[in-house]
Amino acid sequence: MARPTRVTNNIRALRFAAGELTQAELADQVGMTRQTIIAIEQGRYSPSLEVAFRIARALGAPLEQVFQYPEEES
Amino acid sequence: MPFEEKMSWVSMVVTVVVAGLYFATVLGQVGEVPAADIAYQRSMLIAIGASIVLMIIGAIALAIGTAVSAEVTGEGSVDDIDRKDERDVSIGRRGDVVAFYVTSAGALGALALAMLEYEYFWIANALYLTFVVAALVSDGVKIRAYRWGM
Repeated sequence: MARPTRVTNNIRALRFAAGELTQAELADQVGMTRQTIIAIEQGRYSPSLEVAFRIARALGAPLEQVFQYPEEES
Repeated sequence: MPFEEKMSWVSMVVTVVVAGLYFATVLGQVGEVPAADIAYQRSMLIAIGASIVLMIIGAIALAIGTAVSAEVTGEGSVDDIDRKDERDVSIGRRGDVVAFYVTSAGALGALALAMLEYEYFWIANALYLTFVVAALVSDGVKIRAYRWGM
């Protein structure tokens, strides 16, 4: 099945770079469930802009380092 | 598995079992007894009541099971039981919208049966079937969104 979103992310790598932050800890910091963090990491869910900013802030990285969107049109 | 997805599974199982028993009991009489003489009211009220009660029991059992599992295995968190984030709300809303369309179509069907002067038995059962199908489709849409994304 095709991925439901074209947004990709580096959350997993950035979690480890941010002191091995667990999915549960990140979820607590941004007020989401752990399952939603897993879904975002696996590209099954695109968070709202507000949550995206909260995730980037929790990981100590700029938004575009956390989330990417392909340049070319589909 | 997210708590809300587990709830959708509980709802689906309860709906299939209760509605299955109801229709097996009531529709089994069609053909043997004229539709107007089938005493479906009591069975339907029991089915609706049983669905509500079983859903409540299922939610309580699920919450206890999730809490025990979090304590014993360390998987998941007790906080997940009452935490609902924007993804849960969004998926819930998608399921509700689909349920609305199914219910609307079913209501039009029941309206048509009333206009064609079918027995109350068929109109009531068409409406009950509408609720059952709406619940199943809504749960299916939610489970699909949780599993494969939206």
